[in-house]
Amino acid sequence: MIKQAGKDHAELADDFNRDEDRVNWHDETLWFIREKRDKAAHKIPEWESLREAASQIKNNVLSNLNNYLLQFEKNAVANGIEVHWAADAAEHNAIVHRLINEANVVRMVKSKSMLTEECGLNEYLAKHGIEVIDSDLGERIVQLAEEPPSHIVLPCIHKKKEEIGEIFHKHLGIDAGISDPQFLTEAARQHLREIFLTRKVALTGVNFAVAETGEFVVCTNEGNADMGAHLADVHIASMGIEKLIPERKHLGVFLRLLTRSATGQPITTYSSHFKKPRAGKKMHIILVDNGRTVQLGRQDFRNSLKCIRCAACMNTCPVYRRSGGHSYHTAIAGPIGSILAPNLDMKQYADLPFASTLCGSCSNVCPVKIDIHEQLYKWRQVLVKEGYVPAAKKAAMQVMAGTLSSPTLYKLAGKAGRFTIKYAPFAVSNSLNPWFKQRDMPAAPKQSFGEWYKQNRD
Amino acid sequence: MTSREKILAAVQANQPDLTALPDLSGFDGQAFGSLAQFAEVLTAVGGKIFHVANYAAIIKIILAQYGSGVRIVTQLEELKKLTRDNLESLSQIHDLHDVEVAIIAARFGVAENGAVWITEEEMQHRVVPFIAQHLAVIIHEDAIVPTMHQAYDRIANTTYNFGTFIAGPSKTADIEQSLVIGAHGPRSMTVFVLKNS
Amino acid sequence: MTVGLFIPCYVDQFYPGAAIASLQLLEKLGVTVVYPTRQTCCGQPMANSGFEHLTSGCNSLFIENFKDFDYIVAPSGSCVLHIRDHLHDDNSPETAKAISGKIYELTSFLTDILKVKTLQANFPHRVGIHQSCHGQRGLHISSMTELVEPAYSKPESLLKLVNGIDLINLGRKDECCGFGGTFCVTEEAISAKMGKDRVADHLDHGAEYITGVDMSCLMHMEGILKRQGSKVKVIHIAEILNAG
Repeated sequence: MIKQAGKDHAELADDFNRDEDRVNWHDETLWFIREKRDKAAHKIPEWESLREAASQIKNNVLSNLNNYLLQFEKNAVANGIEVHWAADAAEHNAIVHRLINEANVVRMVKSKSMLTEECGLNEYLAKHGIEVIDSDLGERIVQLAEEPPSHIVLPCIHKKKEEIGEIFHKHLGIDAGISDPQFLTEAARQHLREIFLTRKVALTGVNFAVAETGEFVVCTNEGNADMGAHLADVHIASMGIEKLIPERKHLGVFLRLLTRSATGQPITTYSSHFKKPRAGKKMHIILVDNGRTVQLGRQDFRNSLKCIRCAACMNTCPVYRRSGGHSYHTAIAGPIGSILAPNLDMKQYADLPFASTLCGSCSNVCPVKIDIHEQLYKWRQVLVKEGYVPAAKKAAMQVMAGTLSSPTLYKLAGKAGRFTIKYAPFAVSNSLNPWFKQRDMPAAPKQSFGEWYKQNRD
Repeated sequence: MTSREKILAAVQANQPDLTALPDLSGFDGQAFGSLAQFAEVLTAVGGKIFHVANYAAIIKIILAQYGSGVRIVTQLEELKKLTRDNLESLSQIHDLHDVEVAIIAARFGVAENGAVWITEEEMQHRVVPFIAQHLAVIIHEDAIVPTMHQAYDRIANTTYNFGTFIAGPSKTADIEQSLVIGAHGPRSMTVFVLKNS
Repeated sequence: MTVGLFIPCYVDQFYPGAAIASLQLLEKLGVTVVYPTRQTCCGQPMANSGFEHLTSGCNSLFIENFKDFDYIVAPSGSCVLHIRDHLHDDNSPETAKAISGKIYELTSFLTDILKVKTLQANFPHRVGIHQSCHGQRGLHISSMTELVEPAYSKPESLLKLVNGIDLINLGRKDECCGFGGTFCVTEEAISAKMGKDRVADHLDHGAEYITGVDMSCLMHMEGILKRQGSKVKVIHIAEILNAG
């Protein structure tokens, strides 16, 4: 991840909002995907039952994960796949590095894997002289732009086609001033075909791994994971331990939900099931913990591990759509990222659970029924208790709680207009007041309802 | 303690009490299922469909679409006259880089999403359906299942080294959500539905 | 039937009209309504900011004020949801639980308990309905566009009983207005932008009034309308149902 000078979500969102036309464009682009998702979901009469089934399968996975891990390992090994275990990001990166060294190469092609973003794999390998080329079109674009992805399914959704044309002009040598998506995609196709044909090591992510059979499934629309993996001598697949599912037949549930939730397509173009390496070639799978077992132990937050990375919660989130993925300053943006990130580092990500109105749309679109907005609420409680909010806020809240617990103080505060000043920032017309920057205050009524009631009814 | 032991111990210590798996038998696919629907969805995801009576009709269409001057690969005996390649004796899979058309038999199609299921056995080399500029797939008209549930019922415990569902041509919408067909894989996908003889 | 009327603190202080309309409407419908005068706040402002542990004073006060009523009704989805989900008291857990079970947002009380089928109300205006998130997604007072479920709306079914009203359609039926409690100041840029976008949707569809079950969302949109110099007004749904 490229860190943005220590700014928090609100500050980064403020930066993003300096160009309102761009915010509108970003919002509408993502809302369009939300609408496509709705259309796809409404074509399936049993949609809500499917979500429930998916949720129950994932609950079962979390409740029996140790057995599924062992079962998967046994079956994968029997299939000829080499299984590695990584306790954290550093170990994951070191394993990948070792496997690249063992293949005697210094270059690798990689398809989309949010886990490698989480682990900072590209930066690590670059430091060790290994060139990694991302092959998903969106990821390649942000890689050339030296930015992190802003969205887990659509990595360059924050970029305009003119900017992409500029990037390709600079890095791929196309003529200046081209912004036709068809032309730009073709340029990337030619550029990456050469990469696929010459790389001996390919890394992919994993969408699902099946304990029963020891196989894993990778879903793409572009075919980049397959092009990389099938042309390389060594295929490395990186997966979080929570990606396991019990049986092959459960793929039916998840493959019905995943892409409809993500983009509104009925399924990705390619849903590839890797069970055994090609004859004479190598296949590795790295099972990564990196904080997942800690999250598993947090009763209130463990079911964030049910996530299948469809990004529906981002597309529907009214905050995400208007603040952009980079405002979350973590590999996985949006509502789901805001409940995953504090597990990794409470201090660094203390702002994220507050970057929400708790509207609840995220929980409704989630194909595995993660109670995302309720977890945001619960993270707020944890972060306050652990001392990750400013002392001034804590003091103000204590005064507020004291006043609101006492009918006498409450009435006094109302009468003196102090209620307004202390508890209703929207009622103070002051240029330092964030409410007043873009919104007027409500008109002050002659009397409160309590006063009216006393006069008229009591 | 190895990382493996550490992770397994932490999982064991932190996982909640065992919960049951759901019963999936209710997903009977009754709202789905027809060949007509398969054709409709496949077309919507950018695929083309031809209903043909025999392999001769397929040869005719392939030649009409791509001409005889391009590299076509197929494992199918019935289509051998279209190809000069013998995939079994290929020395280097990278030699497939200039394949124009790959024609592959699929096991079955899925009505709800227009996908076909193909395993390594039918591909000969895994990269074939991805590296070709154009992909053509043949399925039998009665080999259509309603949904992915029935798809996995059908796959059941069959063995494969690699298998994939393919639904239409390779595509991307990464640039401003504009759909572009032909990302890294085939620029077109044609499905020939073979009538029962 | 005796109903305890719970008036959220900001409604009490800034929008007494909505509270008066709620009281009069319930009385018109034959309900005996009591307003416990020692009430203050449900505690949500603290809880949503992460300070739920500071709400025990508000909780005990709420229980003391409302424990004896058959039902508790409030002209707010958000505060009702907070009481339903978070009211607790270590000294009297059963009483807290009972209160959570008998508190209703005003329109749900009208449709589900009073089963209102007719209203003597007139409001000859073009009105846009704002679906407040907590009432909708928390209390399910209307169907949600994310879910595959039959369409319904308790507030809308009541508004349709009002003479002369012209309900408009919106581009986005149930997007959040961006108020979000302290979010409105801690995330000022996004909050205001969300509010502007929601208001624009109503204006684009010709609303004269924007209504809803939660005055907090309406207050947010009112702040934007006023700043824009718009003549379009916000109005609590109780004031429409009680109009004329």
